[in-house]
Amino acid sequence: MVVLAIVLGPIIGGLLTGIDRKITARLQGRFGPPIMQPFYDVFKLLGKEKFINNKVQIVYVITYLFFAMLSFVLFVLGQDLIAIIFVLTVGGGAMVMGALSVRSPYSQIGSQREILQMLAYDPLLIITAVAMFMVTGSFKVAEIVNYQIHNNTPLLYVLPLVFIVLIEVLSIKMRKSPFDISAGQHAHQEIVRGVHTEFSGPYLALIEVAHWYELMLALGFVAIFFASNWYIAATLVIVMYLLEIILDNTTARLTWKWMLKSAWGFGIVLCAVNIIALYFI
Amino acid sequence: MGLINNSRAKSPWVVHFDCGSCNGCDIEVLACLTPLYDIERFGILNIGNPKHADVLLVTGTVNPRNERVLRNVYEQIPEPKVVVAIGACACTGGVFADCYNVIQGVDKIIPVDVYVPGCAARPEAIIDGVVLGLQKFQEKVEKMNKKAVGN
Repeated sequence: MVVLAIVLGPIIGGLLTGIDRKITARLQGRFGPPIMQPFYDVFKLLGKEKFINNKVQIVYVITYLFFAMLSFVLFVLGQDLIAIIFVLTVGGGAMVMGALSVRSPYSQIGSQREILQMLAYDPLLIITAVAMFMVTGSFKVAEIVNYQIHNNTPLLYVLPLVFIVLIEVLSIKMRKSPFDISAGQHAHQEIVRGVHTEFSGPYLALIEVAHWYELMLALGFVAIFFASNWYIAATLVIVMYLLEIILDNTTARLTWKWMLKSAWGFGIVLCAVNIIALYFI
Repeated sequence: MGLINNSRAKSPWVVHFDCGSCNGCDIEVLACLTPLYDIERFGILNIGNPKHADVLLVTGTVNPRNERVLRNVYEQIPEPKVVVAIGACACTGGVFADCYNVIQGVDKIIPVDVYVPGCAARPEAIIDGVVLGLQKFQEKVEKMNKKAVGN
């Protein structure tokens, strides 16, 4: 199971990214790159010259990849949600530290913005986990899934508002427009390339692979909202992903202040309303 | 290794440096990204960061004030890399070749692999130039591999 998750995770994640790029191109009236393009990019980057500013950077990149991998594996094994969120945050923090270790203004601003993004989505993710605990009585992914299968009540029915907040969390986590403020995706540029500015060659490839693991984890979060029926869960994930791509293409980038306001104001209030409502059902 | 070498030609990321062009060639470079030409079909992305790039597109006349910047951008691109000089000004200095402040061509400063003529160069010509650059790219990679084996 662990090996399967480690191998299949980035393969599916990469394919999804390829599909994302194709759909994005079609939405913009372009033909778009082949679906396999993300893999070509990563293999090419692996073959590039190693360009580093300091050796600490390498450690941070590998830490980031390791923790992204670990969080996905923990999720697949059905472990504790809080631990998964914590591991995910440690990975994100490692990448920010790597970017901060270089005296490049782009990298510095990018990492500050990345910290703000983490500050925006982390509380929401934890509240999501808490809301799931309120319903199912466990933080463990396996137990949450079991609860839904036994009671045949998908979490989506009892936590619809939390699910709406998860849409925003996903776009912040995946750095999709309007929240791509710390680093642009694909050909978009934001402060050159934000946190990724000073990573190049093989290290950028590792970051990309880590990003695929995170994408898979984020979609996993969506899937457990309808764990009572896996076909509907898969459909839900696909619909969610398409929604993110359409949002990405129809919205313009916003400032970090707006992101914090919407994530904390809108997100926390919606989650709170949902959790309070649980007491009355 | 085969997989990596095959992928190189399929994902050339381009960084565009304007040495002081009249912006004619720059507009044509950007026109390559539009739906009509869409160079992302070939996996080409317009990247702002030389550290991520494979291909350097240079437009405009080089002069003693910006040759330092050009060399800096060139050196920040990790190997293997290809330089494409776009437009008459970048290739030879163009109509400004005799000006006291103009250096006659990008190749006086950094090694250039492909020259794309035209004033301004048409997007089709630029795409042809980048594709030709990719062949040079493969040759460079093969040379690099031979060197690695030789060592």
